[in-house]
Amino acid sequence: MRLAEAWRVALDALRANRLRSMLTMLGIIIGVAAVVALVGIGTGTKGQIEQQVEGLGSNLLLVVPGRLEAGSAPAASTMDLDDVEAVARVVGDRDRVAATIASGETVRAGSRSTFASMQGVLENTPDVFVRRLDRGTYLSRTDVTTGRRVAVLGAGTATALFGDRDPIGRQITIGGVRFRVIGTFERLGQSLGVDRDSEVHVPVTAAQRLLGTDRIDGLAIRAPDRERINQLSTAVVSVLSDRHPDTDFSAVTQEQILGVLGDILGVLTGVLAAIAGISLLVGGVGVSNIMLVSVRERTKEIGLRKAVGARPRDIGVQFLLEAVLLTTIGGVLGMALGVTAALLVDRFSPVPAAITWWSLALAFGVSAFVGIVFGVVPAQRAGRLDPVVALRTE
Amino acid sequence: MTAPAIVATDISRTYDLDGVSVPALRGVSLSIEPSDYVAIVGTSGSGKSTLMHLLGGLDRPSAGTLLIGGRDVSTLNPAEMAKLRNETIGFVFQSFHLLARTTARDNVALPLVYRGIGRRERRERATAMLDRVGLSHRLDHRPNQMSGGEQQRVAIARALVTDPSVLLADEPTGNLDSTTGQSVLGLLESLNAEGVAVVLVTHDREVAGRARRQIVMKDGVIVR
Ligand SMILES: Nc1ncnc2c1ncn2[C@@H]1O[C@H](COP(=O)(O)OP(=O)(O)OP(=O)(O)O)[C@@H](O)[C@H]1O
Ligand SMILES: [Mg+2]
Repeated sequence: MRLAEAWRVALDALRANRLRSMLTMLGIIIGVAAVVALVGIGTGTKGQIEQQVEGLGSNLLLVVPGRLEAGSAPAASTMDLDDVEAVARVVGDRDRVAATIASGETVRAGSRSTFASMQGVLENTPDVFVRRLDRGTYLSRTDVTTGRRVAVLGAGTATALFGDRDPIGRQITIGGVRFRVIGTFERLGQSLGVDRDSEVHVPVTAAQRLLGTDRIDGLAIRAPDRERINQLSTAVVSVLSDRHPDTDFSAVTQEQILGVLGDILGVLTGVLAAIAGISLLVGGVGVSNIMLVSVRERTKEIGLRKAVGARPRDIGVQFLLEAVLLTTIGGVLGMALGVTAALLVDRFSPVPAAITWWSLALAFGVSAFVGIVFGVVPAQRAGRLDPVVALRTE
Repeated sequence: MTAPAIVATDISRTYDLDGVSVPALRGVSLSIEPSDYVAIVGTSGSGKSTLMHLLGGLDRPSAGTLLIGGRDVSTLNPAEMAKLRNETIGFVFQSFHLLARTTARDNVALPLVYRGIGRRERRERATAMLDRVGLSHRLDHRPNQMSGGEQQRVAIARALVTDPSVLLADEPTGNLDSTTGQSVLGLLESLNAEGVAVVLVTHDREVAGRARRQIVMKDGVIVR
């Protein structure tokens, strides 16, 4: 029998039992839709995080105390501003070394207050990490050396405290201490539902005085080029280790962070896809079940086809195609549903979603494969039916 | 003299029913010549249908040798048997066995599908065959839109569309009233006159009397 003819017969059989075909497909539709939507969400999230890490600026090297290993607790910092000078000498350019001390603080302006991450930083921070100002100016070298109480607000904090009013030149208090607003940042938006605009940058010296410490939490270095980044990383860690023999230091590059995040999200996406895959499997069992029913119902038809010359293979192919047709039509509908769901999530929730061609191709391939796997047994059974028994069946 | 279309030599067929062997045919020898017209009669359960299934290559004998179109069925695999049926045998059943959702023309064309013949040629040949059985005005009717007699004519057209050498009809008039039965029978006889061997199972003595040969069966053997 020609394949085109077999397709026609299979399609015809599905049409004859429209409702049943639809219900059987439903399992596949839901399974494929779940795979496509969840993989889309995983991919979108991964893409967004990668974008954000890359948005920190390229060739970035982060230096923190302690070992960066799974399961180890972050160590308390022993670094101070003298270490920054020492590292700057290694790097050869003071403007490329940023330092941070951070603390969550309540920030007030008049009767309004908000919670923000206070970051004590050097004046070079916007160059090391890529940050753009919306209004006003950033901290100056003098602000840092003199510990002047001036602040640059994240877009979220600015809105929370001042609404639509211009915050430049106004007074705020951080932890009860007065600061004057000199600038605001451009909005960064949310990532994974976390607001990245609730922050206040102040001179590191002012922050240290406020917190009663002369430590800093960590360093960030923008390497002049990608090639030197590993060499620089070793040099910086060795300088810091010489100065603090009792402390371990770790330097991580952007690629390493991306790698780790990518691994985590990859596993997460895999798990989501596997869960969705299970529902696809259940859908496949449904297909198998219905195909067996269909074989039984059409025993007489099978007998007749055999009597007029159908080989076991012809009958088998016919039923296999029917199963494959069920799952691939279901697969296509599921893809449409999954894409729609992913787009809706992307549009109307903070969770990002991205549809990739490979996930669609995979979903289609898998649904066709499910049809073959779960269609084989019913098809074989149909092919092997004894024509005499089949014809005697009423 | 040309070679017989079917030669059965001492064939038997035993069914296995829950471990008990039920002999349905016990040593039957028979040969069907080209253009033969044979009526098989006998009481219910005497093995007529079993014999027909064997003669048509739908089933294999438990013992004995059976040659269909000169080929020993014991040497053929299921696919080869299917091909043999398609090429040499036409079946007509008591209950028509038409595909319910399929038009008369496509029902008739069905055996040609398994011959790998293209759609256009299939339709042409099916149309010609329906014309031959007097149903050119029913081409696109489905079985439930036709009378029993018309359905049986469609079934006969289907049996003939492959140009078989033998037509096996198991009680073809069993579900029809006598007038319609007579016309179906007349059709079979005119086909026989054109050279197709016809083997007919019937309970009707008068019908059987019109055949060239009569075979009477009882308890799985030919008694006359
Ligand atoms: N699949 C089967 N399993 C067991 N026994 C069977 C089977 N098919 C037929 N038989 C038995 O074989 C015997 C012959 O059956 P068969 O159908 O050939 O009779 P028949 O002469 O065609 O009868 P009828 O005139 O009622 O159609 C019967 O006793 C029947 O019960
Ligand atoms: Mg019978």
